[in-house]
Amino acid sequence: MRVGIVGVGVVPFRPATPEYSWKEIMYEAASRAYADADINPREEVDSFITCAEDYWEGFGIFDEFTPDQLGAVLRPACTVTGDGIQGLAQGVLQIRAGLADVVAVEAHSKISDLLTYEGVVRHAMDPIWNKPLGGSPYYLAGLEMDAYLRAAKLSERDCAAIVTKNRQNARTNERAAHGVKLDVEDVLASPPISTPLKELDVAPLADTAVVLVLAAEARAKKLASDPVWIRGVGWNSDSPWLETREWAEAKYLENAAKMAYSEAKVRSPTSEFQLAEVDDKFSYKEPQHLEALGLSKKGSTAKAIRAGTFELGGDLPVNASGGSLGCGNVIEASGLHRVAEVALQLRGHAGRNQIDGARTGLAASWRGLPTATGAVAVLGVGR
Amino acid sequence: MSEKVKTWPGVELSAKEFYGKVTSVKFRPEAKFSWSAGEAMSRFLMELKEGRLIARTCRKCKRILFPPRMFCEECFRPTDAWTYVKDTGTIETYSISYIDLDAKRITDPVYVGVVSVDGASPKMGLMHFFGGVTPETIRIGMRVKAVWKPPAQREGSVLDIVHWRPLKEGEG
Amino acid sequence: MRKVACIGAGMTLFRRRLLETGKEMCWEAARMALDSAGLTIDDVDAVVFGSAPDAFDGIHMKGENLLDGCGGVGKPYVRVFTGGGTAVFSPIAGYWHVASGAFDCVLVVNEEKMSSCQPHPQSVFGHIWDPILDRPLKPNLVWIFAMEMNRYMTVHKVRYEDVAAVAVKNKRNAVAHPCAQLADPNITVDDVKNSEMMAWPVRRLDISPPSDGASALVIASEDFVRKRKVESPVWFSGVGWCIDTTMWTDRDLYFPEYLARAAKMAYKQARIDDPRKQIDFAEPYDPFDYKELHHMEGLGLCKKGEAPVLTREGVTQRDGDLPTCPSGGLLGVGNPIAATMGIKVGELYWQLSGQAGKRQIPHEIHTGVTNAWGDLMQFSSVVVMRA
Repeated sequence: MRVGIVGVGVVPFRPATPEYSWKEIMYEAASRAYADADINPREEVDSFITCAEDYWEGFGIFDEFTPDQLGAVLRPACTVTGDGIQGLAQGVLQIRAGLADVVAVEAHSKISDLLTYEGVVRHAMDPIWNKPLGGSPYYLAGLEMDAYLRAAKLSERDCAAIVTKNRQNARTNERAAHGVKLDVEDVLASPPISTPLKELDVAPLADTAVVLVLAAEARAKKLASDPVWIRGVGWNSDSPWLETREWAEAKYLENAAKMAYSEAKVRSPTSEFQLAEVDDKFSYKEPQHLEALGLSKKGSTAKAIRAGTFELGGDLPVNASGGSLGCGNVIEASGLHRVAEVALQLRGHAGRNQIDGARTGLAASWRGLPTATGAVAVLGVGR
Repeated sequence: MSEKVKTWPGVELSAKEFYGKVTSVKFRPEAKFSWSAGEAMSRFLMELKEGRLIARTCRKCKRILFPPRMFCEECFRPTDAWTYVKDTGTIETYSISYIDLDAKRITDPVYVGVVSVDGASPKMGLMHFFGGVTPETIRIGMRVKAVWKPPAQREGSVLDIVHWRPLKEGEG
Repeated sequence: MRKVACIGAGMTLFRRRLLETGKEMCWEAARMALDSAGLTIDDVDAVVFGSAPDAFDGIHMKGENLLDGCGGVGKPYVRVFTGGGTAVFSPIAGYWHVASGAFDCVLVVNEEKMSSCQPHPQSVFGHIWDPILDRPLKPNLVWIFAMEMNRYMTVHKVRYEDVAAVAVKNKRNAVAHPCAQLADPNITVDDVKNSEMMAWPVRRLDISPPSDGASALVIASEDFVRKRKVESPVWFSGVGWCIDTTMWTDRDLYFPEYLARAAKMAYKQARIDDPRKQIDFAEPYDPFDYKELHHMEGLGLCKKGEAPVLTREGVTQRDGDLPTCPSGGLLGVGNPIAATMGIKVGELYWQLSGQAGKRQIPHEIHTGVTNAWGDLMQFSSVVVMRA
């Protein structure tokens, strides 16, 4: 039984949203999504899923503070402490298990309320083996970038080109917060954070809220003239141990993709997608993830980048939305936002960055430092 | 329970062993937050500074919502207007606490509970302290009135109300 | 819809402080559950993890840190979190992993290491409150239970003795549980009445303490059960969950409406329309003694206000007509929040498969119900199981 996306609500990203409390920004996204789907959440949504972590929010049990603004009072609602695509996957499973016909999946970033972002990222590190080393957690990204660039034979310049691409794309995406025109030289000259990682290799933070409404096939067809089908979904975690982890490859995404492609019957990833929205919380993650997804051949990625393959007008536009680098890093909402962008593209509603003939797209997420967890969703319209 | 299982995993530690014998690593997270209060709570706090309690109305379900909120969670629509409610109410439930935030014993008990506020829809209330009561006099259903801090001491906080005391004869 | 069964379970001791790290506790419980089902981690298609506030273990995104102990490396792994409700909610997530057809065999692991939190895990509960409305009052978690208990007892004119009797029953039941932290064969109602007053009307012995512990379940499809010739599978018959408004001060706390709705959802699936008749035993969530009564009524096992009467009449004793918390509950075995799955869904499994040893209910049982409860007095998860 197919599951379709019938409602999309995205609050335009901004670096800070002082006029909204976290409840109000969630309400905003939910209102947009329910209006888009033309449903009354109080009667027509059977289950609500929030993707959140306590320490991003500053509460002991964030789940308490979610139902009212989603229309979930006295309804089945829960929190998945995971990325938005992991939450989306749970919604799909709930529908297929017959527990719900319509599910609302929400994720947000009110990261501007958090004064010590790096402190909280550090708090996720292993208490016995890693925390005592101290320092900014970005050294993990520096180490990984170094390992990946050497293994993949990519240069810092190639990564800088990705930054300029994504931030340029963001300039014409009304949902993005950090669109700006940059030269590769600007990126290369930006202050080092943990070599070879530089300041402009890091996606800046942003606030947003995203809600998607999912429906079982029969219901989806009634609610939308052309539902965006979730053809396949997968999620996977590699070892949390930094010490024994494979640094150069994103094994978690390779496994998640395998699962999603199997369900979606994708046999040749490079030729079956017209677009891909792929996590780029750090510049080097985009090519690393493309290789794990089978969208770029290992060893040839540098060539593909330099040939403009992944540009907006290229053979396979990657992060036409601007990605995290251009829109903003929105923490657990990142993956859900990417699904929303793909869905909008497939509907022909992506605005100025619309890709012609978009019928099948891919969204892929990563939970960020220090995790090796990611998820993949394959979306398509029509048969 | 599963005759197969003879020993159950887990090695118990006494407090002495936990603090004195086993190796441990200490860490204090750097986790500081400053939450945007948002529209509803910002106004709520501003009004508290002025010695007033404010609510929001929903035209559809006709409720007067307190504490105020910008959306009605029942109707799932934006709320319509601001309206003041009284600073008198009824005790819905209470407790007499002999422990503090960290579970340490305190000598003077704290009277705390939920007050449903007059003027708001039934049962709409606030958690707060009670004063001028004893274990024998406090009861569910008691009518109470807010005791405010002097204006100069108010900060825009629920603590601008010191506590709620029993209504006197002829009040409210 | 696919039929789904629990085919194995495991748990660690529940103690105030355990030597094992969070990862190690997860591993012990997971290994035990797999061993009990005659399986290895290679038989597992996906892993679900459940745990309550990250602040207890002192690790942000603790689900990521603990996934290796849960057997999640290289697998689809996800953590769900609904406060205390996680004890019965993560099994529901495990259920939908299998019922959806996506996976045949799923491992659910729940863990809590409250001892990590210094000076006392109580402090974490300072952060579950609304920052503007509640926190300035410097509330202790016990206050909110005390307020709910007072409201319940006042509306139904319940005597304290009948509430204390629940603590006595459960702590005595726990003597038969090999993992119990607080079993006491001799405890009396007077002991509870004479214990230290915390926040009236709650006394020290009305409350379950913080604990370290982990538990695990193996959940599988009907096909898997058949192919592997699993003995004594216990079937999921109905699942439900529900959350109420964040604005707890707008609610009348005397009755858990959200639990009644979660139960309705589960009973509908289980085709139960007369819970008192059709359910043989119950494991309601009992972090406080009055909660057992509150939850019995929310589960529709008796009329509102009737639970204390059933308790007084011995109906809820292990050999009574409706054995309630035969495990010994949180009051007797301990409360490592999410890990109490082992004495809730785990107990249903062990009882219905005839493996409850000294705790085995001495008459025929076919159907059991359990609930967990969490967040700010607002969430409940319910599972009905049948042998």
